[in-house]
Amino acid sequence: MSLLNIFDIAGSGVSAQSQRLNVVASNLANADTVAGPDGSAYKARQVVFQTALAAGAGPRDAAAGVRVSTISENTSPGRRVHDPRHPGADKEGYVTYSNVNPVEEMVNMISASRSYQNNVEVMNTARSLLLKTLQIGQS
Amino acid sequence: MIARLTESFDFHSQALTLRAERQRLIAGNIANADTPGFQARDFEFASALRAASGGAGPGSAIAAGVMTPGGRSAPVLRYAVPSQTNLDSNTVDMDRERAAFADNAVKYESTLRFINGSVRTLLDAMKSHHQG
Repeated sequence: MSLLNIFDIAGSGVSAQSQRLNVVASNLANADTVAGPDGSAYKARQVVFQTALAAGAGPRDAAAGVRVSTISENTSPGRRVHDPRHPGADKEGYVTYSNVNPVEEMVNMISASRSYQNNVEVMNTARSLLLKTLQIGQS
Repeated sequence: MIARLTESFDFHSQALTLRAERQRLIAGNIANADTPGFQARDFEFASALRAASGGAGPGSAIAAGVMTPGGRSAPVLRYAVPSQTNLDSNTVDMDRERAAFADNAVKYESTLRFINGSVRTLLDAMKSHHQG
């Protein structure tokens, strides 16, 4: 029953997008984190999406879901601010902040929320079509 | 006798299966809207239905044995031509996919109504004149 598979596909999209939203939330929450005792500040993270065939699907099966393959870390150096009175300052008086770019994260958040909504709409449509299919032959 | 009664459903049930298949395909495209390198796919409904029903129209009888369930060949998939280039070479055009999804949902429902109509016609024909 191929309409039932839509729930798997759209569900995989919803869960992947919510994972992306989680990572964005973590990045935004740590936007102003300074370097900890180990000297390294929080690094911004990003999810990497990958097409995932449904369980039991052959190579000829066309429709496919999505999954998060890896969460990659942005390795660029963090923002350095000269503030000798800050408790986290190093010997030269610089404080290292995380390398999160709040503008990028906000854009990422809007994109994730739009895609999430699209997948939810797909599920709602499939649900109403299935319910109508169940009523074939009833007056 | 039963086979002859249900013959008229075959065409519409074939169309319904293909509509469900297309709906699933478009759902996959929408789910992969942000996947790098994903190529959006779709199939042409008319030619797929012609291939599935052996060129038969809604009124014509279909030879037995052609319509074996599961023996239907998979429709030929085509790749979408991107209207705008994307940096991650993803070719899902969300506006087009959403339009196709809504269009396909409406057509799925209309096929359902055709089937419902023929079921009701058959049931009416089976009723005796004593019943309302």
